Amino acid sequence: MDYINAFWVGGLICALAQILLDRTKLMPGRVMVLLVCTGAVLGALHIYQPIQDYAGAGASVPLAGFGNLLWKGVKEAVDKEGFIGIFLGGFKASAVGISAALVFGYLASLICEPKMKK
Amino acid sequence: MRLAGADSNTESLEGEGRVDRKKQQEAYENYVKRKTPVHNLPANMTKAFITGGIICVIGQSILNYCEKIGLDKDISGGWTSMILILLSVILTALNVYPRIAKWGGAGALVPITGFANSVAAPAIEFQKEGQVMGIGCKIFTIAGPVILYGVFTSWVLGFLYWIGKIAGLL
Amino acid sequence: MTQGLQSIAFEQSPYVVSSASVVGKKEGEGPLGKMFDMVETENLFGEDTWEAAESTMQKEACLLAMGKAHIDKEDVRFLFGGDLLRQGIATSLGVEQFGIPMFGLFGACSTSGEALALASMSVAAGYGDYMLAVTSSHFGSAEKEFRFPLSYANQRPLSAQWTVTGSGAFLVGKKRSHVRITGITVGKIVDFGLKDSQNMGACMAPAAADTIERNLKDFGREPDDYSRIITGDLGYVGQSILFDLMRGKEIDIKKNHIDCGMMIFDQNKQDTHAGGSGCGCAASVLSSYVLPKLERGEWKRVLFVPTGALMSTVSFNEGASVPGIAHGIVLEHC
Repeated sequence: MDYINAFWVGGLICALAQILLDRTKLMPGRVMVLLVCTGAVLGALHIYQPIQDYAGAGASVPLAGFGNLLWKGVKEAVDKEGFIGIFLGGFKASAVGISAALVFGYLASLICEPKMKK
Repeated sequence: MRLAGADSNTESLEGEGRVDRKKQQEAYENYVKRKTPVHNLPANMTKAFITGGIICVIGQSILNYCEKIGLDKDISGGWTSMILILLSVILTALNVYPRIAKWGGAGALVPITGFANSVAAPAIEFQKEGQVMGIGCKIFTIAGPVILYGVFTSWVLGFLYWIGKIAGLL
Repeated sequence: MTQGLQSIAFEQSPYVVSSASVVGKKEGEGPLGKMFDMVETENLFGEDTWEAAESTMQKEACLLAMGKAHIDKEDVRFLFGGDLLRQGIATSLGVEQFGIPMFGLFGACSTSGEALALASMSVAAGYGDYMLAVTSSHFGSAEKEFRFPLSYANQRPLSAQWTVTGSGAFLVGKKRSHVRITGITVGKIVDFGLKDSQNMGACMAPAAADTIERNLKDFGREPDDYSRIITGDLGYVGQSILFDLMRGKEIDIKKNHIDCGMMIFDQNKQDTHAGGSGCGCAASVLSSYVLPKLERGEWKRVLFVPTGALMSTVSFNEGASVPGIAHGIVLEHC
């Protein structure tokens, strides 16, 4: 069951983003930014977490989940450390994603040559 | 049909022509919009739905496995992101990911794998411009804004949350 | 001799002595594949970077053009060249070794017209016996500079055009051949305020319409006086807009209009969306397809109108519009 929920919720978020790509002048980069910010705001409004509880990876894997993760990190850090937590939590929560992308991306650049589009 | 913008535009450059020119430009923009073919939206949305759905299901299976072997929720989430990012970078390096994206559109862009692709692609492309000025400076050309605005938004929300707590509202 | 408002009609028309085209793999697989002088299946052309590959294409095209005419580089008085990259670096590095006095040009994808116009003017004015005009573009270097890294996962809109990997070189001179440049119409910048760099056909069509109309008026000709009116890289979207704009001017060019960007790729099989573009598009098609038809006399007189979208990555990010420019070159069989 959790696979079906992950599939349709994750798919739906992507399908909605496709509307932005195809029907607005928003470039892909802007759509990504929009999703992350939306995720953080929905997280703060206690809307995103229930969705994620229902859909699992269907909500955490899309970039909106990344936004929610950032918010969660900041909130937890504020609860624990007070004011300085605002500066601490975001990067801590997103550390795995950003480090993995940077490290693997860099390694790929050492191994691979640029290739033509097909 | 006679187009508003079809006349030589030199006439409208003079004097009161400014407003006219703006109108002409708008007319031309609207006309071009009508003339320009666009992707079939329902078809593209379906493809995005399927592609995004499959990536999320792969994520879910990693998540389930991690939880089965007894890892806690946050760590499982970390493993899921890390493995998906690794897969995406490998597929980008093999030039397969762009082909998935060509079919799947937002379905390949929106998941964390799209984020990983947007880091790996400039790293590979700009390696010719050197370690620091090439890869180093340009690795975040696409993903940088995502991190900046993500961190900034969560900072603002965190600040409001902190004030709310101090004021005893939360 | 000046003609009309923007044109020149040569009293002693210079000849297109020879020409050459060098293209990449995808272009070689296209409908015109067999007509190019050189098709390189390796898109790096044996070099290390896209930019160096583009320079190599230019060098090869120049060498082929000079070789065909048996003209040494010492006999070429001036070289007019350009490309799409910042500061025209592909040209500078590509033609450096010839040691020909040169002018570096930028006219976006209209550069082949700009180069041919200046080369023919110089020959007609008697400033030299031979001039070389060369332009190039490379999908890899253009995509990297103007859009995204090649392995980035984006979907191209249907109005987007595919930058041609190719170069064309033309030797213009006094030595008799079967094609001569009898006149030129220098285009002006035409800006209808469009800001969409993924729809360059629509940005350039107004400039093409302006230059074609000007050419017909300056020379007192009708569209039928040309066997073909050949635009550079308007593509499918740009062509339909051009037809509408021309209809607004009450000129019908539907019968004899062709577009290099539409010919170089097979839209259905090669998935290039609105067609080819780039400095190399018009130049390689002119050399491989148009000039041979003129040489054989299949076409008597054509108007070659390469079109350019004048933008930079900075102007685009700053929200400036994308103005267009187009130059008209009148080529005749003789």
